[in-house]
Amino acid sequence: MSAMERLPTAAVPDNGLLRFLTCGSVDDGKSTLIGRLLFDSKTILADTLHAIQRTSAKRGLDVVDLSLLTDGLQAEREQGITIDVAYRYFTTGTRKYIIADAPGHEQYTRNMVTAASTADLAIILIDARKGVLTQTRRHSYLAHLLGIPHIVVAVNKMDLVDYSPATFAQIRSDYQGFAAGLGLTDVRFIPMSALQGDMIVERGERLDWYDGPTLLEILESALAIHSAHAEKFRFPVQYVCRPQDSANPELHDYRGFMGRVESGELVVGDVVTVLPSGRETRVKDIQVLGESLDRAVAEQSVTILLEDEIDISRGDMIVKSGELPKVAKQIDAMLCWLSESPLDPRRKYLLRHTTRDSKAILAGIVFRVDINSMQHETAERLEMNDIARVSFRLAQPIFADPYAESRGTGAFIVIDESSNNTVGAGMIV
Amino acid sequence: MSTATLSQLTQVKLSHLDWLESEAIHIMREVAGQCSNPVLLFSGGKDSICMLRIAEKAFRPGRFPFPLLHIDTGHNYREVTDFRDWRARELGERLIVRSVEDSMARGTVVLKSPDEPRNKHQSVTLLEAIEEFGFDACIGGARRDEEKARAKERIFSFRDEFGQWDPKNQRPELWDLYNARSFKGENMRVFPISNWTELDVWQYIEREQLALPSIYFAHCRPLVRRGGGLLPVTEVTPARPGETIENLMVRFRTVGDITCTAPVESDADSVARIIAETAITTITERGATRLDDQTSDASMEQRKKEGYF
Repeated sequence: MSAMERLPTAAVPDNGLLRFLTCGSVDDGKSTLIGRLLFDSKTILADTLHAIQRTSAKRGLDVVDLSLLTDGLQAEREQGITIDVAYRYFTTGTRKYIIADAPGHEQYTRNMVTAASTADLAIILIDARKGVLTQTRRHSYLAHLLGIPHIVVAVNKMDLVDYSPATFAQIRSDYQGFAAGLGLTDVRFIPMSALQGDMIVERGERLDWYDGPTLLEILESALAIHSAHAEKFRFPVQYVCRPQDSANPELHDYRGFMGRVESGELVVGDVVTVLPSGRETRVKDIQVLGESLDRAVAEQSVTILLEDEIDISRGDMIVKSGELPKVAKQIDAMLCWLSESPLDPRRKYLLRHTTRDSKAILAGIVFRVDINSMQHETAERLEMNDIARVSFRLAQPIFADPYAESRGTGAFIVIDESSNNTVGAGMIV
Repeated sequence: MSTATLSQLTQVKLSHLDWLESEAIHIMREVAGQCSNPVLLFSGGKDSICMLRIAEKAFRPGRFPFPLLHIDTGHNYREVTDFRDWRARELGERLIVRSVEDSMARGTVVLKSPDEPRNKHQSVTLLEAIEEFGFDACIGGARRDEEKARAKERIFSFRDEFGQWDPKNQRPELWDLYNARSFKGENMRVFPISNWTELDVWQYIEREQLALPSIYFAHCRPLVRRGGGLLPVTEVTPARPGETIENLMVRFRTVGDITCTAPVESDADSVARIIAETAITTITERGATRLDDQTSDASMEQRKKEGYF
């Protein structure tokens, strides 16, 4: 055994995982951009490359079309469109990336909302020849609505505008004009050519007037969502472990509350409140597979043991005393309608929030948003891809935070019990 | 890279493996919380071995809230089925084995020829097992990086009563709010390690020091070269007239049906050495080793529509 057996990556600090979203249409070079990230980070493997080389040749191209890497399903190829969100993966050795590749057309708002719901960062593609378009505004609005903290505006196809700094500056200024109105704070701009590979992984030599970071440098340094401090501790109980193993008397009284920390941190000894009962106790232990941990952090799946015997079941929530969420039977929310059947104000739906379900009925549509102009308009009902400010009345209370403060406890889905389909996605305001 | 990267390292709370593991635990607990009669598919392969460790982390000190199920083609490597039985016993969990050969005896699986690969026929036996036990959810170890049809599949993937996947009509899946609801006869397929890559799987096996069937590691085996690949010479896959049998050091990257799972040449005899090879490998896992996926670009999509995992 030689020293060669250790991977070089093993010695490099693990900078965790970043999920990002690419928004734009095929015409903006989105597929080429993703292909370029995979290709230049050497994530493309030989048989995949051979397959796209063959296809490129078959289509009469003399270069390998990197956009074929993100080519989708047979059904999509037949129709020449992208139907659904695709997930892609690459790693730099220090960080793992999950790309949610969302189709860009207006009728696919629901796909972008889906892809955005788990993203820490959004790359919004602009074709340098076309500048800021309606779809750019729409993508930016949705990224903001879904609470993506970092926006990267990728001004692509700079090779087709002679790498002009003036064109880039104009687009940047146009974008900033409406971004401020949306309330976007962390927006960064990069001129690039995905086709030539400029400013994605490599800097290239044609954009030397630009002294900012490459796209990959931004990705490597972007903070993931839960990196922020001072989050409130939220632990929806998923499952209760009561082994009652007659062979092992030590387990007879074992009650472990299993779940994933949605936000914040918990330390053994912390005083906690259990909702909805409101009972208070202390944390006796935090475990994973028989091992005790000192603390549990955001996004970690653990088992919590409490000092006192309290009746707790799935759907309950453990929080730190002194930072309770709102216990609500009426909620105001931004709602994206996802179903081909319109939202019916007379019907009862099932609302799923954390691990808790409640019957819900629409109490009113305050306004619908025209996602192209961002103007508010009145609406009687909601069709697929509509976004609106609504209120719901609930049969059971939920333990909610504003979505802007906590995605995990601010988000909900709406389920149609007659089809079991997920028909709506909501963000509590 | 940049100074921001360095200053940020101190703030990272979960490594990428911690994050992936935690997501998978969360998904398994959602299955346990939402479904009334789930099952976990366990083949003895490396992905399902990871799944068992995740299930331990999700449910111990309790028992798993589901049995284990293997759909056996009857053409599996002995090392793998022995491992499968040993691991289930070690965990003290219930293992159900249902066999494609039983479906053949019943006449529900009809082979075109005796040596036709049986992998795709597992769908029939799986659907029969789902019906026999009334399972409402099957937890499997498929990953999105394996194949492009999988890249678009949900983590909770709905199947109708014929086990069919409809790529154009998938349920939206937002945040970590999963919808596992189904009517009687319908079924959810749930993939907790959707977001893992082959490298992640190997790194996890190394970190958790998970035992594997011996054929994952380099060993000497008689093979023939056929169609650009290496084929093991076994009772069910004899050499054809004119072929030369070679004894080579190989390892398997996937361990499915003997007739369609080929090894790669390798002298990697430890997980660390496999990771080193995987990190620089130039062939995707299924491309090198699954002969049945190469026939058509869309073959996995087609099979999934027909009820395949």
